[in-house]
Amino acid sequence: MSTVDLSRFQFAMTSIYHFLFVPVTIGLAVLTAVLHTAWYRSRDDGYLRLTRFFGTLLIINIAVGVVTGLVQEFQFGMNWADYSRFVGDVFGAPLAIEGLAAFFLESTFLGLWVFGWGRLSPRLHLVTVWLVALGALLSAAFIMAANSWMQHPVGYQLANGRAELTSFWAVLRNPVFLWAYTHVVLASLVTGATVMLAVSAWHLLRRSDADLFGRTAKLSLTVLVPGALLAMFVGSELGVVVTKYQPMKIAASEAQWQTCQPCSFSLFQIGGGNRDETPTKVIQIPHLLSLLATNSWNGQVQGLNEVNAQYQQQYGPNDYVPNVFVQYWSMRGMAYTAGLLFLLALWGGWLLRRKRILDARWFNRLAVWAVLLPFVMNTAGWMLTENGRQPWIVQGLMRTSDGVSGSLGTAAVVTSIVTFGLLYLILGVVGWALMVRYARRPLGPAEPTPEPDERRPQVATY
Amino acid sequence: MDFALVWFTLVTLLWTGFFVLEGFDFGVGMLHGLVGRTDTERRLAVSSIGPLWDGNEVWLVVAGASMFAAFPGWYATMFSGFYPALILVLAALIVRGVAVEYRGHRDTPRWRRNWSILLTAGSLLAPLLIGVALGDLLHGVPIDSNQEFTGGFVDILTPYGLYVGVTVAVLAALHGSTFLALKVADPIRGRAHAVSLVLAPIAAALVVGFVVWTQSLASGWVPGVVLILAAVGAIAAAVLVQMRREAWAFTATAVALGGTIAALFVQLYPRVMVSSTNSAFDLTVQNTSSSPYALKVMTIAAAVFLPLVLLYQGWTYYVFRRRLTLADVGEGL
Repeated sequence: MSTVDLSRFQFAMTSIYHFLFVPVTIGLAVLTAVLHTAWYRSRDDGYLRLTRFFGTLLIINIAVGVVTGLVQEFQFGMNWADYSRFVGDVFGAPLAIEGLAAFFLESTFLGLWVFGWGRLSPRLHLVTVWLVALGALLSAAFIMAANSWMQHPVGYQLANGRAELTSFWAVLRNPVFLWAYTHVVLASLVTGATVMLAVSAWHLLRRSDADLFGRTAKLSLTVLVPGALLAMFVGSELGVVVTKYQPMKIAASEAQWQTCQPCSFSLFQIGGGNRDETPTKVIQIPHLLSLLATNSWNGQVQGLNEVNAQYQQQYGPNDYVPNVFVQYWSMRGMAYTAGLLFLLALWGGWLLRRKRILDARWFNRLAVWAVLLPFVMNTAGWMLTENGRQPWIVQGLMRTSDGVSGSLGTAAVVTSIVTFGLLYLILGVVGWALMVRYARRPLGPAEPTPEPDERRPQVATY
Repeated sequence: MDFALVWFTLVTLLWTGFFVLEGFDFGVGMLHGLVGRTDTERRLAVSSIGPLWDGNEVWLVVAGASMFAAFPGWYATMFSGFYPALILVLAALIVRGVAVEYRGHRDTPRWRRNWSILLTAGSLLAPLLIGVALGDLLHGVPIDSNQEFTGGFVDILTPYGLYVGVTVAVLAALHGSTFLALKVADPIRGRAHAVSLVLAPIAAALVVGFVVWTQSLASGWVPGVVLILAAVGAIAAAVLVQMRREAWAFTATAVALGGTIAALFVQLYPRVMVSSTNSAFDLTVQNTSSSPYALKVMTIAAAVFLPLVLLYQGWTYYVFRRRLTLADVGEGL
């Protein structure tokens, strides 16, 4: 394997891993802030106990998210030096501003929130948890602005052999960014809500603090039903935007080799991957692809061969078709898991209305296992986005093979893949074991409502 | 306005801020097993940085991102050139960060001991290796006319770089012990003081050596103001530790460590990374910086957000200003 392939593998590995934790952080931070607010308003001990319970899960999860985020930032320069030189002028700004405006906020106020019980006034303490959630949401915004620029570069000019920023405002108004960011936030809320639902369901099955975990089951379903529906809707709108700017990505995710009009959606097929233009389409839905990709009943979707020929004219001879097999199945992996989650949420919502959620054994059993679904969904979504951009690292401007560090040898990359691979594996096992352990613990006791007091012992988690 | 100079100054400030703040977190990590004999005492030592370390580490994130945004050429050459060292830095930072957070989550001696070992090793390795990397910027490594690093792993291990690494690691340890003496009650306070008594003269000697060696790399014979500041801080720290003036000793170690880091950057300017191949290939502020418009946008963002960050981080230190005692970590989880 070349250093390009190895570096791609490393970036995929570390990014997928990092993004297992990020959406949990964003989703759970918002939900924990809601629980904290419920306690602040009602002064009901139950909400205080729930806040601390889910807050602990949030902290365990954030620890891994933060440290793996460092790798994300360093490896642009480490493995993709030529990419960094080419895009730094544009791509660097949102990353730097992310640190200044968002990551500082999130990290500093996380410390204040975790250790602020009984030390800050209840109102100020409530503000700190919302600032953690705000920091996480803002942080994702700047990262998505940077990523969207790679999908659809705007607000730049080519000068001095690199892309130079001409309008930061244009970068923030990038249509791909607006839709992709909304999509990521919704997916994160879905992820956080599913984790909360699974944990609540586990406790409901064992009747431990059933009335309290009934509240979080209700809260998570209240987020999950509209959240999953909106995530799918926004995702489909994002698809329309992407069809316009990255037609290859959409054609590949449908394994659509020939241009079609109207286009049917392939639910399941055998073959149709790389170089196989005659798949066995097992199930198809007429007109659905036209509808999804263009928002019209008879819309035309360009086929891989046509876009490829067009790019060869525009950019010179090359194969511009990404890995179609990965593309086709990540699209379906994402959409089907999202659909399943939505169905589960609807079922839960119906049980909630009937006030039968506390005793719904089959639903709760399934809800516990459903915790795996959002992770499949998120990973597939990113593979769809990033694999579909290939062979470009910046759509239309720079090829992935031109972005890698010139000074890099394969031995160095293999060493780093092995190092991070092992480290992440151990971290994953330990972090997962801790999460499960804490998720299965009964709720902590109702502590005396803390009044701010300087001399009160610091509640130590260390 | 010369935005490139503004951003070189900001990058310098961010690296300096990172070491002044995260430096004592590293020190506490290195020393927690030494100043704490029982598990409760060790937990108390780690708790002293509990609410702070995460926010402190962001200084590194922002320093790195600022180099990417303001000096893409510098960021690209440095990070790809120091590849093997940075893998170790990242591994150390990952292990250490998780160790701080996870150490207390299970109450078995084996769990605690293993995380303690990782916390100590990661906290030592990170400042040592970052110190080597920053020293190498000034000493020079093989860089060709295309701003591409052409050396191997051995070329990163320059004698000067290693010396800076050791100096920074010892300073971080000392900064940690003066922090613990200031922040935690006995018996840790006394033990931290004993550690400071040993480390302070060594650190002072190392910093004086650093000043001399750094000056010999520069053109003029008059040591820079920041270099002198670092030496004064380190010597003052040794005296103040002897006098047991805890707050002043901590201030002095902050000046010594911050001054050492800042001096490296001040000595570099207007270069940002020296080429040992040919001085014509040196990376400079001018030949690696972003366009004026990009720098202007970021200057506005920094002017708005950096003061806010200083304000709320300063407030965090105020909220958690009280000296911690064993009662603070009383009953376990």
